[in-house]
Amino acid sequence: MGLEIDRLSVTYGDMVAVGEVTLSLPAGGVLAVLGPSGCGKSTLLRAVAGLEPLAAGRISYDGRDLAGVPTHRRGFALMFQDGQLFGHLTVARNVGYALRLRRRRAAEVDARVGELLDLVGLSGYDDRLPASLSGGERQRVALARALAVHPRLLLLDEPLSALDTTLRQRLAGELRDILTAAGTTALLVTHDHEEAFAVADRLAVMRAGRLVQSGDIAGVWAAPADEETALFLGYARVLSGATARRVLAAAGLAAADRIALRRSALSAAPADRGAAALAGTVTALRSTPEVLRLVVQVDGVGDVDAVAPLGTHLAVGDRCGLAVDPTRLASLGAEVRAGTL
Amino acid sequence: MRRWVGLFALAAVPLLVLGVFFALPVAAMISRGFVVDGQFAPGAVLEVLTRPRIARVAWFTAWSACAGTALSLAFGLPAAYALHRLDFPGRRAIRAALLVPFVLPTVVVGVAFRELLGEAGPLGFLGLDGTPVAILAGLAFFNITVVVRMVGATWESMDPRPGQAAAALGATPAQVFRTVTLPALRPAIVGAASVVFLFCATSFGVVLVLGGVRYATVETEIYLLTTNLLDLQAAAALSILQLLVVVGLLVLSRRTRVADPTRAIEPRPPARPTRGDVPALAVTAAAVLFVAAPLAGLVLGSLREDGAWSLRYYRALGEPEASSGLTASEALRNSLVTALDATWLAVGLGLLIAVLATRRSRSSGERRVRSFLDGLFMLPLGVSAVTLGFGFLIALDRPPFDLRDDPMLVPIAQALVALPLVVRTLAPALEGIDDRLRQAAASLGASPVRAWASVDVPVMYRPVLAATGFAFAVSLGEFGATAFLARDDHPTLPVMIFRLLGQPGEDHYGRALAAAVVLGTVTAAVIFAVERLRVRGVGAF
Repeated sequence: MGLEIDRLSVTYGDMVAVGEVTLSLPAGGVLAVLGPSGCGKSTLLRAVAGLEPLAAGRISYDGRDLAGVPTHRRGFALMFQDGQLFGHLTVARNVGYALRLRRRRAAEVDARVGELLDLVGLSGYDDRLPASLSGGERQRVALARALAVHPRLLLLDEPLSALDTTLRQRLAGELRDILTAAGTTALLVTHDHEEAFAVADRLAVMRAGRLVQSGDIAGVWAAPADEETALFLGYARVLSGATARRVLAAAGLAAADRIALRRSALSAAPADRGAAALAGTVTALRSTPEVLRLVVQVDGVGDVDAVAPLGTHLAVGDRCGLAVDPTRLASLGAEVRAGTL
Repeated sequence: MRRWVGLFALAAVPLLVLGVFFALPVAAMISRGFVVDGQFAPGAVLEVLTRPRIARVAWFTAWSACAGTALSLAFGLPAAYALHRLDFPGRRAIRAALLVPFVLPTVVVGVAFRELLGEAGPLGFLGLDGTPVAILAGLAFFNITVVVRMVGATWESMDPRPGQAAAALGATPAQVFRTVTLPALRPAIVGAASVVFLFCATSFGVVLVLGGVRYATVETEIYLLTTNLLDLQAAAALSILQLLVVVGLLVLSRRTRVADPTRAIEPRPPARPTRGDVPALAVTAAAVLFVAAPLAGLVLGSLREDGAWSLRYYRALGEPEASSGLTASEALRNSLVTALDATWLAVGLGLLIAVLATRRSRSSGERRVRSFLDGLFMLPLGVSAVTLGFGFLIALDRPPFDLRDDPMLVPIAQALVALPLVVRTLAPALEGIDDRLRQAAASLGASPVRAWASVDVPVMYRPVLAATGFAFAVSLGEFGATAFLARDDHPTLPVMIFRLLGQPGEDHYGRALAAAVVLGTVTAAVIFAVERLRVRGVGAF
């Protein structure tokens, strides 16, 4: 059964923060709500936690309406962007907080705390105070604290956003492993599509308080609902009409009105390497550790991004041929709201 | 080198003022207490301190300060919650109104409680006039607002998310309060309690008016010994005791001082009250009633003559008083002029000290010098107004500092009383300015003066205005030191009110009430203006 959100609205005065959002999340799943800051995703999460009054709609869990159930009786756990550890308690007492609230025996609490610290890779940190931990360590403690009493639903509010890039990438993978290992149902909100892809198996995209698209992660990825969603999901450019058809034809795909291209959808080679599906002139060129990134003025299409292997002999103004990778482009709106969660 | 020159140039004026008007009086007091006929005789101090009456006075001081603190906390904590965390119509007005008692002249409060509890008063049937209960009520009246402001500021700027995280982990509202909110508030509560205890223990005007000779505290006893019994040595001995105890308490309260509440992280907007908030709202209402009742009684009393409504007592403020030939309106004029002088002195010195204390140090030596100076300048806070007045009285009446008749003597004493409050308002605001802003201005080509004008001035002008108003209000109502120092032919209004109270007859009493209403109104008007500036930290210590 899991979490069911039915036509949920939250308003602040006249401002609609969340408008008529309908979502469901089966037990054991991990759903990421993705959207730019201010789109209402955090408000949605807080409403599920019972921290925001609903203007309309219904939230239920396992078929039971949660209206009138206060936060502390929902059996959920909430993890904030910056952990919100209790500064006056040690790591072990932070992790064991919910267990002590439930009056578990001290031995049982100690055992469970040890087990959780093990799970998040912080064994031996029991007596440290939160102030002495790094940002990543604090988030792990917060995660351990949230998992302590096996919450029915774990609510994660931008759990990794406060961390630097490399740490974020590593922790995202670990977070997924930990959630899977514990079989936890989790609702995650984030503005970072990579974090969403790394942690979740389902995706819902929100914009200006509305749900734009939802589905399993591959489905949403393959068919963004519209141009803005595509750009937000990390696609570099959107083409429409004749130009879109031209690129699709070059890829050997069926015609569509609008397509979104990733930066690596086209690969370029010097024009003298034989016939290519598309041809154009290099207008900009930049070297990265892995590939050469180009902007190419493609005949009959316009500026598009392209890549070439490092060491390719191309310079600005050179003619080049381009091949299309069909797995790195998506038709827009083809399967709008495919497989609504 | 230039930094040191600048440091000492800034420190010179406050050091000089402190040297003459603080160190000298204290030294005079100590020598008066310990030296008898040119001989060092500590036995005399011990003799004074072992008198049965002094022991009773000391016990009453400690007991009443404890009870007053407890009473202030009992009303103040729920009110701090209701006024700083809940959103209901009129909460800003109530917050401003609760600040009034704190700066209300102590004499006015004393008169108001007497009027309320006296035989003819609306609560006269309780028979509380002249009992310790009346004194405790007076102490709480002043200090509820201290608790509300100190604890409220912390409560308001407290990050709500740890509490929400705890609730999501299954903590009931009561458990959230006990395990998350209370630990976060504890430093603020301890800080407020120690400050309130200090204020209660050094309270003068209220105790003098309500307790008279029967229920004396160390403060009033010093005054009575000096003015009624002319036993200056016993007064000096008590002053030394007072000084030691108060400095000790101050050191304790500084240890527990709350972190600066101006650096709030994302404060939560106040919430609509729910059913669970009813007790807190009820206590707040009771606190408001508690504060409003004596004031209302005072105003009503000043308008009644022989059971009929009358403005006669107000008209009488312009008539010369029989014994001295002075009018209350002259006394009001004296008060205003004196307070004005005290204000510019206090704000000028306060600014120097605040700048001195908050500038970043470049070396550990410089830091040590700065923190030493900071501590030094906070010393006057450790001296009660009465001790200060008494010290002035015995130290500054002979060459080289024969200031007995100098018109600046009273303003200087009042400025020293207001100084710690001024510094406490300015220093956090100055400290809150990120030094990198000044560095950014300098890197963009601003001279130090220009950088100061574009970074410090826009931030500081409100706190400076607030501190000015606050200093003015405190000086207007100052009674402890002024009672010793005001010349007989040149009284301030609080002194005049106290004199009127001491004379028999309806007429004098009525005039005292009317004068108290005038004084209270002027002070309250100043404080409402200050409150409109919305500077955090005014009235926090």
